[in-house]
Amino acid sequence: MTDAGRHPNITLLTMSEVKEITGFVGNFHVRILKRARYVKEKECTACGDCVEVCPVIIPDEFNMGLSSRRAIYSPFPQAVPGAFAVDITRCLGHNPIICGKCIEKCKKHCIDFDMNDEEMEFDVGTIIVATGMEAYDPTILDEYGYTRYENVLTSMELERLINAGGPTGGKVIRLTDSKVPKSVAFIQCVGSRSQRRGRPYCSNICCMNTVKSTIMLKEHYPDMEVKVFYIDIRAFGKGFEDLFRRSKGMGVRYIRGLPGDIKQDPRKQDLVLTVENTATNELESHHTEMVVLAVGLEPPSDMKAIQEMLALQTTSDGFYMEAHPKLQPVDSATRGIFFAGCAEGPKDIKDSVTQASAATARAMRLMNPGSLTVEAITAAVDPELCNSCGLCAKVCPYNAINVDTKAKTAAAVTGAACSGCGTCAAECPTMAITMNHFTDAQIEAQIDAVLEGNTAERIPVFACNWCSYAGADFAGVSRLHYPPNTRLIRTMCSGRVHEKFIWRAFAKGAPVVLVSGCHIGDCHYMHANQWTERRIKRIWKKMEKMGLRTERLSLEWISAAEGLRFQAVMEKMEKIRKSVTPKEIAETLRLVKGQKARSKGKASAAAKDG
Amino acid sequence: MEESKQDNAVRIGVYVCQCGSNIAGVVDCDAVAAYAGKLPDVTICRNQGYTCSEPGQNQIKNDIKEFGLNRVVVASCSPRLHEATFRQCVSEAGLNPYLMEMANIREQCSWVHSHDAKNATIKARDLVRSAVSRVRLLAAQTEMDVPVAPSTLVIGGGVAGIQAALDLADSGYKVILVEKQPSIGGIMARLDKTFPTMDCSI
Ligand SMILES: Cc1cc2nc3c(=O)[nH]c(=O)nc-3n(C[C@H](O)[C@H](O)[C@H](O)COP(=O)(O)OP(=O)(O)OC[C@H]3O[C@@H](n4cnc5c(N)ncnc54)[C@H](O)[C@@H]3O)c2cc1C
Ligand code: SF4
Ligand code: SF4
Ligand code: SF4
Repeated sequence: MTDAGRHPNITLLTMSEVKEITGFVGNFHVRILKRARYVKEKECTACGDCVEVCPVIIPDEFNMGLSSRRAIYSPFPQAVPGAFAVDITRCLGHNPIICGKCIEKCKKHCIDFDMNDEEMEFDVGTIIVATGMEAYDPTILDEYGYTRYENVLTSMELERLINAGGPTGGKVIRLTDSKVPKSVAFIQCVGSRSQRRGRPYCSNICCMNTVKSTIMLKEHYPDMEVKVFYIDIRAFGKGFEDLFRRSKGMGVRYIRGLPGDIKQDPRKQDLVLTVENTATNELESHHTEMVVLAVGLEPPSDMKAIQEMLALQTTSDGFYMEAHPKLQPVDSATRGIFFAGCAEGPKDIKDSVTQASAATARAMRLMNPGSLTVEAITAAVDPELCNSCGLCAKVCPYNAINVDTKAKTAAAVTGAACSGCGTCAAECPTMAITMNHFTDAQIEAQIDAVLEGNTAERIPVFACNWCSYAGADFAGVSRLHYPPNTRLIRTMCSGRVHEKFIWRAFAKGAPVVLVSGCHIGDCHYMHANQWTERRIKRIWKKMEKMGLRTERLSLEWISAAEGLRFQAVMEKMEKIRKSVTPKEIAETLRLVKGQKARSKGKASAAAKDG
Repeated sequence: MEESKQDNAVRIGVYVCQCGSNIAGVVDCDAVAAYAGKLPDVTICRNQGYTCSEPGQNQIKNDIKEFGLNRVVVASCSPRLHEATFRQCVSEAGLNPYLMEMANIREQCSWVHSHDAKNATIKARDLVRSAVSRVRLLAAQTEMDVPVAPSTLVIGGGVAGIQAALDLADSGYKVILVEKQPSIGGIMARLDKTFPTMDCSI
């Protein structure tokens, strides 16, 4: 930790948050807000004199509220940077200065209430997201009585109690009577592995953390009775089984079964656990003086900001999704952005460190050559056809298009910033934009090809490369069966699917059409699929007016991990397809042709509605 | 880009991969290849055991040279898996990599329609036809070179962020390490002893 604080190549910005990230691989532009510390970072020697005079006393979150701190504080003795900081939300006031006692007390004059939040900007080539996780808050699990019963703690709180640097100097005591408990019971999988409450996944570290804690308790207090209630103990890693055996050898009792509830003895504040022992199939009652809930790990509650800024996707567990679960485990789907540690999923320190080194290797691989080749799939504007309406610039998620609507200069695409979603090409009312490698003609040729032959039975599906097409691949890998009359047409993004593609399919006699893409919020091209949604809604309205059944055009969001959902959607489409009669198709052909003739003169009018 | 024959005619090579029995176990690859061979502008069509294997790729490269192919369709697995492989393959034979198109007849055909070989074969045929009609219209694309700044933004100063920052900094890259708390360390800084070594965390 201290190495990171003093390394000449590392700019360490604490109390800081990333405000904005623009640009693309190799050329990210980052705006960071560094909040004022009100203590000069370089000069403070962490003597702690100021703390003595601060009148504000509040629970210390670092110690899980088991101790208190002042408004001017250092989170823990080994903190990096070591300088104290003023918690300005708790300080009596700095502008104007209401108390100011700390200022007078500090002989080195490190405290400066004139400091301001600072905004900084940097250009970086790569980004590593290492935002970690949070421990599960078991308050809502009423049966365990956490917060109702003071002697029910979380594993995180036990960590602080047993820590020599913690609030009790390492002495494990009950909060009710300050005595060392004679017995402690651990409950596993709290907030994990539950379809009902908390999280469905295994949090990876809590079994071994409990094994560790039992050994520490037994080392400190050999006579303490220690029990562990569990579903199964997952001690799969190197050296783990040894540790588990050691714990059992020290007399820790492992009892298979999770307590149904905990009752408190109101006099002594001891606890009684009722549990069905699944090894003996008997209902047992266990008396204990302290309970530790082995809480699971969750994605940080505030991860949305970074996720949206970087257009990152998450897996169903809520953690960040890798570009490929086996082959690119530390890459994100966006080039130049990598994951390290628990940001990608619950894991222990060893795995976090391993993954961090892997992420740096991947980042260095990009940075080392000094330059890289970007995708050729980009948009290009024909200035002859452009009427400078500005719509393309409005829909582009990457601000890759410049157009001066007042001066009426033609739109221009910045090739290196364009990510190739094709949304602009789908929205341009004058068809001035060519999407390289996914041109109108190329896609139309595919529409015609997949509808050739037994058209009335075909289900054309537009699928985006990153989610729904990948979801179809996943259905394949999982060998899920679905109707064989489905025909996928791949585009990079659902945003590319131009309205005219859909009319063309119907005009060719398609019974149904499906447009599919990433879930809203998960689009590989930030918010491009929101334009897809608007467009489809627009088409539904037209269909309604024309007297066409809107369900024949479906819009579905399918993620790369949702093979089952892909299968279900295909089955749904087949059901709708079967309900479409030859008469309905013939009528559609007539209506679409009529609509085409009418809309010819309307192209310029459409340019005005955004 | 080398084009051995200097006329504008489109000459497409179609390669139907059996993927061992992964595709051929369901889809009638002979029938698909025979069908593809008759599509307009298809100069040559082959039915191969494993197109991604070295002999498979060499066949494509040889055909590009021998028959002056200027478009290639590979009907095999998902482009998400092997598009890069076959783009590289055709470019080694002098063809622009964007003139190669894939038809996904494994993940989206043989693997999901194994209960219906007849319709799986019809679908494979349709997907090849779709790829051929697309490849005919594809144009060469060039990829741009952009500079890469030798610096990294690390968001989060837990043990993972710290390790990443140090690895990069020790290798000579500039690192901006951003932590929302007043100190780095994350959860690990709160732990006393850690498994499996039972030693101190900080
Ligand atoms: C009770 C408990 C006991 C454990 N015991 C062990 C053990 O004995 N052995 C073991 O190997 N593992 C143990 N673990 C697991 C270990 O804590 C993790 O593996 C490790 O902390 C993961 O490190 P990380 O850097 O990925 O995440 P974190 O430690 O969560 O660090 C993430 C950091 O990023 C910061 N951050 C988050 N979001 C942002 C943002 N938007 N901007 C800026 N900064 C941000 C956070 O403030 C934090 O400092 C335990 C975990 C728990 C909960
Ligand atoms: S000014 Fe704020 S930090 Fe300083 S002593 Fe007063 S309350 Fe404490
Ligand atoms: S949407 Fe089309 S017409 Fe409008 S500015 Fe963009 S390129 Fe020009
Ligand atoms: S293709 Fe997408 S990223 Fe590129 S300019 Fe158009 S809207 Fe922007």
